[in-house]
Amino acid sequence: MAHTSNTAELNQCSEDRIPIAGIELTLIKGGSGEPLMVLHEELGYPGWLRWQSELARERTLLIPMHPGFGHTPRLDWIGSIHDLASFYGRLLREQALAPIDVIGFSLGGWIAAEMAIQNPAQFRRMVLVAPVGIRPPQGEIFDLYNVTVNAYLRTSVRDPGDTPEFSRLFAHLEPLEQLEKWEEARIETARLAWKPYMYNPSLPHHLEGLKGLPAALVWGAEDAVVPLSAGREYNKAIPGSRLKVIARAGHRPEIESTDEFVKYLREFLA
Amino acid sequence: MMIMYFSERPYIGIPEDEVVRRRSFFGLSNTYFDANHGARLLNEYIDEKVYAEELGFDALALNEHHGTPFCMVSVMNVEASVLARVTKKAKIVLVGNPLPVVGNPLRLAEELAMIDMISGGRLVSGWIRGTGCETIFNSANPAYNREMLNEAHELIIKAWTQPGPFRFEGKHFHYRFVCPWVLPVQKPHPQIWIPGIFSPESVIFAARNRYPYIALSTGLESTIGMWNLYAQTAAEEGYQAGPECFGYQQKVFVAETEEKAEELGRMDMFGGNWMNYGRPEWMFPPGYNSKEVNRRMAQATTSLVRNVPIPEHFDVEEEIRKYHTQDYDRARKSEMLMVGTPATIIPRLRRLLRIIRPGVLGLCQNDGPIGRQARLTSMRLLAEEVIPALRETAKELGLSDSFEQRIGARALAPSGRPDPVACAEELNS
Repeated sequence: MAHTSNTAELNQCSEDRIPIAGIELTLIKGGSGEPLMVLHEELGYPGWLRWQSELARERTLLIPMHPGFGHTPRLDWIGSIHDLASFYGRLLREQALAPIDVIGFSLGGWIAAEMAIQNPAQFRRMVLVAPVGIRPPQGEIFDLYNVTVNAYLRTSVRDPGDTPEFSRLFAHLEPLEQLEKWEEARIETARLAWKPYMYNPSLPHHLEGLKGLPAALVWGAEDAVVPLSAGREYNKAIPGSRLKVIARAGHRPEIESTDEFVKYLREFLA
Repeated sequence: MMIMYFSERPYIGIPEDEVVRRRSFFGLSNTYFDANHGARLLNEYIDEKVYAEELGFDALALNEHHGTPFCMVSVMNVEASVLARVTKKAKIVLVGNPLPVVGNPLRLAEELAMIDMISGGRLVSGWIRGTGCETIFNSANPAYNREMLNEAHELIIKAWTQPGPFRFEGKHFHYRFVCPWVLPVQKPHPQIWIPGIFSPESVIFAARNRYPYIALSTGLESTIGMWNLYAQTAAEEGYQAGPECFGYQQKVFVAETEEKAEELGRMDMFGGNWMNYGRPEWMFPPGYNSKEVNRRMAQATTSLVRNVPIPEHFDVEEEIRKYHTQDYDRARKSEMLMVGTPATIIPRLRRLLRIIRPGVLGLCQNDGPIGRQARLTSMRLLAEEVIPALRETAKELGLSDSFEQRIGARALAPSGRPDPVACAEELNS
């Protein structure tokens, strides 16, 4: 039941509806080759950007919109990242997608980490890009609820003026619709991660048990949303994980330093 | 009709330009707070409540805010406890306890029961959602704000009326042993009033539960809209709404001369008043408002609360000048702010009573950096000259409050359609 959607950019991706848990999950799909699950951030799916076009040459990107975000309806019983991780575990089983490579961004990185500790065998390789989920030993996770969405977006990159795709973020919807989608995304994120804000105190301890799952952490050296110190904690917690720090980048290395980001991903996922 | 005295009890002595630069009273650094000065003010404000009772106000209305010099009372139950003991006959009206923010509704049930006991059954328990800033300050999840309000409401009523011990398992609140050994002396429980500004959901909630709805200085047109929604909901519930269902809080500054009153009124615009209560991102966190309310707020022109993005650059001095000139004029013109001598105030308040026909009138005053003497004078003039005139009008109009007339006792017309509860034609008079 695939159909072309208005969000499909240059016909590189399509939008599917997958029935699960009594709702229809919206799944953005693009590219060809081995599937790669992409878990989006706290503000929702930011749109099809250059890093996706690059990776889509050799991978099929599967980007579900989390329940309560974008076009996927909310599920009232999902009240934590743990719940959401279990939900996606079910999706992988029902769609016979496991084991799969996964990449998660910010909140999506936290979801991937929780999925990994619930069932490491559902992943082949895991990439976490500046994930929340662990309380940084130095600094704090920047508070989404203390600022406007636009201020949050500006904070998420080192320099908006020096980030070519900054203006393409969340540009796939009409501005008014996007405002309402952001509001919904922030409501759902509040349900998932309000207190403690954006972390799970037991996560680092669980991660220590993740032996044998190839895991990479990608962090902008100047991340003002999730301090790099959290990246070092993740790195310390996940046995055998690698930490790739990208210079002159903030919370969105995938658009702040796309070439280096894609090159690293290709190597790691090869 | 019941006449209430209300004031925000501000912390006086903060730099106005600092508030305006940040466009927010909420979150101003408490390095500006001097505890000894604050203590003196807090006691003055309590004395003023006692004075209001002596002057003949029927009720003393209390509120609370957090993390702001806008209102010094952060825990109204403490103030209410003091007043419960030192006043004699005035109702103590809480407008209101922010249920979703408090976190422990069972403890609230106990605190309120004690206030009712100590006061000899004078508590009116008002329940609100708390502004977005209160939500932020207390780390209460805005996405669950209304769910928590509803659930806390259910628990408190049960704790007050059902024999304990019993168990309460909600979505947000879980108690395995509900059995408070303090219960209100008013049976089955103190009256509950629902104060509100914009949310139609609160109006419907009030009407369904037969609680009075108290509009907090909303523009008259939108107030009539709220009244009509209440009356419609009441009709669906099988009763005719009347003045006993409604309360209205009006800002009034009275002095011996127009010039002096003007001066007080301009002080009320200190720091932009409600316009700068808190930045929009704090006032309206995600989930706090329904979509419909967000859309309505974007169109509202008469409210003092606003939900528009704050410009990145602006001239602070110019902004302050604007508050004290054009915004002040706007507030006066819309009657959000009434300023004058008793002789000029009386006809305007009478007109207000004719239009919205409330059973409860809250006179809200003494906000801004107003000195003690002027505060006391304004109260005295209201009590001696204005209130007697209002009582006459209320009598003529049959404005009974919810203690004089039980909500739900008025029969609905056979057609099932509610009779008018406000007089909108007067708006243009």
